[in-house]
Amino acid sequence: MQKKVYQLLANNTSGVLSRITGLFSRRGYNIESITAGVTADPKYSRVTIVTSGDDAVLEQIEKQLAKLVDIQIVKELKEGESVYRELALVKVRCAPDERPSVIAITDIFRGKIVDVASDCLIIEITGDVEKIDKFLDLLEGHEILELARTGMAGLSRGMENVVFLP
Amino acid sequence: MIGAEAMVKCLEQEGVKYVFGYPGVAICPFYNSILESDIKTVLVRTEQNAAHAASGFARISDVPGVCAVTSGPGATNIITGIATAYADSIPLVVITGQVKSDLIGSDVFQEADITGAVESFVKYSYLVKDADDLPRIFKEAFHIANTGRKGPVLIDVPIDIQNGVIRNFKYPESVNLRTYKPTVKGNSAQIKKVIKELNKSSKPIICIGGGVQLGQAKDEVLKFAETHGIPMVTTMMGIGTVPSSHKLYFGMVGNNGKPYANKAMNEADVIMMVGARVADRAISQPDLITRDKVLIHIDVDPAEIGKNAVSSIPLVGDCKAVFEELLTQDFDIECGEWIKELERYKKELKPVRKPNKKYVDPEGFINELTTKLKDKAVYIADVGQNQIFSCAHAVIKSNTRFLTSGGMGTMGYSIPAALGAKLADPSRQVVAVCGDGSFQMSMMELATFCQSKVQAKIIVFNNSYLGMVREYQHYTYKDNYSMVSLDGSPNLEKLVSAYDFDYYRLADMKGCSEVIDAFLKDKKNALLEVMIDPMDLVK
Repeated sequence: MQKKVYQLLANNTSGVLSRITGLFSRRGYNIESITAGVTADPKYSRVTIVTSGDDAVLEQIEKQLAKLVDIQIVKELKEGESVYRELALVKVRCAPDERPSVIAITDIFRGKIVDVASDCLIIEITGDVEKIDKFLDLLEGHEILELARTGMAGLSRGMENVVFLP
Repeated sequence: MIGAEAMVKCLEQEGVKYVFGYPGVAICPFYNSILESDIKTVLVRTEQNAAHAASGFARISDVPGVCAVTSGPGATNIITGIATAYADSIPLVVITGQVKSDLIGSDVFQEADITGAVESFVKYSYLVKDADDLPRIFKEAFHIANTGRKGPVLIDVPIDIQNGVIRNFKYPESVNLRTYKPTVKGNSAQIKKVIKELNKSSKPIICIGGGVQLGQAKDEVLKFAETHGIPMVTTMMGIGTVPSSHKLYFGMVGNNGKPYANKAMNEADVIMMVGARVADRAISQPDLITRDKVLIHIDVDPAEIGKNAVSSIPLVGDCKAVFEELLTQDFDIECGEWIKELERYKKELKPVRKPNKKYVDPEGFINELTTKLKDKAVYIADVGQNQIFSCAHAVIKSNTRFLTSGGMGTMGYSIPAALGAKLADPSRQVVAVCGDGSFQMSMMELATFCQSKVQAKIIVFNNSYLGMVREYQHYTYKDNYSMVSLDGSPNLEKLVSAYDFDYYRLADMKGCSEVIDAFLKDKKNALLEVMIDPMDLVK
């Protein structure tokens, strides 16, 4: 089993995301995370999928995705050649006297406090999946009340893999 | 012009001659508008058979079959037919009526999310949201259905769109699908590898799948095999591509195929898999066809290559284009010894049946029947023992077409498919062969033959059992039969007389030839009931 990140360029039409996720569920492939959003050209959406499987399964995932009528490009975002980011919002229980320690950890991870209440905080943090996992580990001792992670978005580095669309 | 008129106009622009279907309120605007057109409509008796009939039509005419049904139960009923076509890559354009756009999602009467429901059985689907999109959508639907790896496309049209006004109808001359461009031409570097491997090979074999017929590459593939003397086998969907008497033909592969065909695959050093997906029934152990051999896999669908067997040389492309290219190349292939070896296997491994003389022997009967069929006849086998007997014993002549539901194995396929096939080319002799189980799944369509004035020639293998399942229970459950007896079946003579069909019966092999002659010569609709040993086995 290995993990791979795929980037898809798909028609920005209704139902396209359900076609993609439907393909994964009916063929028994894993989705670890999926993110989607419109591109600079509103005709297209860019989708980042993190998936895992053995070589044969990953090859099939790539081919089956490419076969979907609405998908223009399927591209692997290779580690080292790509930038991956995820955003997480973390609501932690935090009494006023605990704030300095939580803020200190947040600062080290270049996170932001985006909401403060008398007994809790919301922290916004972006980074790759490992960074967010580590941040959450370091919050140990503070009760995480709610956690919202977006899943990974990614782009390949440099000009080489840029696809110019009509 | 309203949407419904535009839909009919789109079909006219595509050259559609027949629409198979069943009405209901949500498709009524369309069926009202079609009255103004020369397009003929065929009212089937249940929606599933509209798709099967369209499938038979598509396979004989090489253009997409078209069906139109209503929303809700009409749409859900047709799903099995769509899935059947999808599994065998048959091009269909399926139009479904839908409830009013602003009511979608509120569970109103006869509402079903059909685009969602068929997602895994269609190449693509549309839910029309604006009547002005109809011309583009129809153009794209026909293009997608009939290019690349063919398959069904569904267009769901809400009733308000059918009644909505289109100001400016213009049918597009071409499609502009940014994200859909199937590969046609084979990669030249891969073709060079094919040449190299075939030249090194002393035991090559070509395994022909349904894609060869679908890609209209029959002539090219046969010419290639004949030019270089390469032996051929077929999958079930490939039957009909090579005449049975062809010197280079060694039968159907698979667990229901010929032992010598499987032996040939196992002994070969290079396998050219053409338009076949290495499905489990054809190749039960994919590692056997890749271990110690070179697998050249030629398919228009890249996802089929490597799915079930890892190929040494993947070659994505249209079969016809690839073999046209291969025919221009020089090869140095010598496999005379190999052919001799295969001929020996064919003699040694020929299965011998011991027919029960009290009944009709399926082998002898099918042999006799198919020998008597005219040039260009269409033989449609249903699903069950009748199908396996047909695959094993049908005599294929050079222009015979052999149709069956291979991938999905849908019982009841043959009768509606025969209706569609006959309409596609009335000059061809069309025979549907089914079991007493599959007959009863589609017998309501006898009325459709009568109403549409299409000649029906139906053969029913009667063994009073769901024979294929009984055979499975014989081997797997030691004759503990469950749910396989067909007691209570109707008297077929009485049944078909209600439809004014002529009836023939063959109890044993005595008079077999004469009965078949009379049945085939009959100008009326006819059904021939053939009594088979209930305990007969295909293996």
